Amino acid sequence: MTATVEHSNGTAAPAAFGYVAGSAPADATAGERVITYSEAVREAMGQAMAADDRVVLLGEDVGVYGGAFGVSGDLHGRFGGERVRDTPISELGIVGAGVGMALSGLLPIVEIQFSDFTCQAMDQIVNQAAKIHFMLGGAAHVPLVLRAPGGSGTGAAGQHSQSLEAWFAHTPGLKVVMPSNAADAKGLLLSAIDDPDPVVVLEHKLLYKTSGPVPVEPVRVPIGKAAVPRRGTDLTMVATGVMVSRCLEAAARLEADGVSASVVDVRTLTPFDAETVLGAIDETGRALLVQEAPRHVGFMSEVAARIAESESLYRLLAPVKRLCGLDTPIPYAPQLERSVVPQVDDVVAAARALAVVG
Amino acid sequence: MTELAEAPAASDAGAADPRWAREALLTMYRIRRFEEAVDDLFARGMMHGTMHLSIGQEASATGVCAALAEGDLIASTHRGHGHCIAKGADLLPMMAELLAKDSGYCRGRGGSMHIADVAKGNLGANGIVGGGIPIAVGSALAQKLRGTGAVVVCFFGDGATNEGAFHEAANLAAIWQLPVVLVCENNKYGMSFSTEKSMHVATVAERAAAYGFPGVRVDGNDVEAVFAAATEAVARARSGGGPTLLETMTYRWKGHSKSDKNLYRTREEIEQWRADDPIADFEAKILDAGSLSVEDLEAVRTQARDEVRDAVRRSMQAPDADPRAFLADPAAAVFAAPLGSHVAGAPAVEPHGLGTALDATEESK
Repeated sequence: MTATVEHSNGTAAPAAFGYVAGSAPADATAGERVITYSEAVREAMGQAMAADDRVVLLGEDVGVYGGAFGVSGDLHGRFGGERVRDTPISELGIVGAGVGMALSGLLPIVEIQFSDFTCQAMDQIVNQAAKIHFMLGGAAHVPLVLRAPGGSGTGAAGQHSQSLEAWFAHTPGLKVVMPSNAADAKGLLLSAIDDPDPVVVLEHKLLYKTSGPVPVEPVRVPIGKAAVPRRGTDLTMVATGVMVSRCLEAAARLEADGVSASVVDVRTLTPFDAETVLGAIDETGRALLVQEAPRHVGFMSEVAARIAESESLYRLLAPVKRLCGLDTPIPYAPQLERSVVPQVDDVVAAARALAVVG
Repeated sequence: MTELAEAPAASDAGAADPRWAREALLTMYRIRRFEEAVDDLFARGMMHGTMHLSIGQEASATGVCAALAEGDLIASTHRGHGHCIAKGADLLPMMAELLAKDSGYCRGRGGSMHIADVAKGNLGANGIVGGGIPIAVGSALAQKLRGTGAVVVCFFGDGATNEGAFHEAANLAAIWQLPVVLVCENNKYGMSFSTEKSMHVATVAERAAAYGFPGVRVDGNDVEAVFAAATEAVARARSGGGPTLLETMTYRWKGHSKSDKNLYRTREEIEQWRADDPIADFEAKILDAGSLSVEDLEAVRTQARDEVRDAVRRSMQAPDADPRAFLADPAAAVFAAPLGSHVAGAPAVEPHGLGTALDATEESK
């Protein structure tokens, strides 16, 4: 594919604006520049649409409005209303239409405004998109991309703040990615668009305005590969989504206290990169598993089980520790909201405690 | 773009046209004999699972699919054997699927509720009531955006029109004026719950008014009437006139599925509908019209019977779906690209979705 140089709509934020410390190297290298996470998502869609006219975007208010979080921005102006298609408030209908389009020669990207609203479309996601390839004996596949922002921290309360990744990861037939920084937001989405299977891309509302260096070219980040943005010797933090940047910030603070932490960004929940994740845990013998979602039957429960079922168990110097959201809905009041989801201080405290056990 | 074959004009078709009459009758007999064979194999303990038979509803599937051109698509339901046959599927891989064979359409992974011949333009049967309707509408949007000229038909039952999926999909089809025909096969019952109890409107067809497109009710046991109404709806869709809701009034002779004890309907009601046999009615019309002889009709019956017998016999001899092969790499069955994309060593799979036919269309542009 010929690479298209994308302009960032003239709205590239200053490098420092909203930047989450440690989420990625702050300095852009050759072929990169610093843009926001939401600009990176838009750039991926724009480059994919420019390169392949089968790529279409549909969702509520993705057109002139530019998306509820401004992610689609100027795409409607650039590609028109046929390919950047506003829809009624009709999540089941939109996702189902996406499945039908994917079965009929197009590469649809469906944006759901808040990942919570996927509940309205669960039949199409779980019973249709995920299973069609399997149930038809491989005679068809569903190259659908479902983008939806999850996570808390915006004061939007219980129905606009959830982290539902474990539901999707629990469904055979769905690939699930959670980009934690701007470069991955672009690279994983490009890979999702290329992928012949349905991919659920769970973005994070708090990350949209964060910035980082992103390749100008349409560089793919492979689906199925975890990243290790920081290597240490005393413990290994494994995190998803917004928790990756919190772990990196915590790791930087712990370094000053003489505690050296690795940070693993799972990036792809399905297919899960056990080799990278367990390998990084083996290196330190201590695992701190951090997620925003509630603890009970969450994705980190799966990671803990993978450790327990593998040789990694014998290399542990201390019991596995999970640091998760509380098993409650997300409350409205900011102090309550913060209290139910791991913050940087919580990660630091848990890491300190884990580092001295055993 | 490939030119779509012209569907026959309604005026040329019907009992009086020997070719059309023979073809329609053969399709209806294929469906009936296939369903009877399935019923029999199940009763004899030779078939696994459950199934939803469409005996009594043959004219609806046949009349609608006869109105379609090559390249047009359908989406089907849990009661989908008839749709699949009417859209041109082979009986052998259908029966093989039901008999849990590796040579089945779904390699034993789908069974009765997911049988589809994708290459013939079947987007899939569906085990979820209403599940196929948004998919059909999305496919119709793809046809419109790609300019293929193809029309998508979505079959569903009366029960599906109480699902949100129906209403969301109907609205999308309307606002985007998509080339789709929504075919509601009204057999009076959603499992045991009758339409009199499940809706507070008299007909399903009138629900179309809420979305601003035509709703038409037709005798679903009259294959000529179904064909004529479907032809008009397909022509409207193909010419950019948008969707139609076509309600075909019919009746399933058998229970909803294998668990049905027929506690919700009377023997008299069933007998009354069985007297309105879509196949017998059409045969009488053919003989009235004089287009085919009694011997011709017998030849059609024999052909359908032999095709189904052959499908059963050859399926029985085919190798079973093999758990060892399946378990050797389950992810390969679940995903088109199990390792994910752009991972070293992962085989490239083009993300083109359904249909060599569709992609051939695209490439020839």
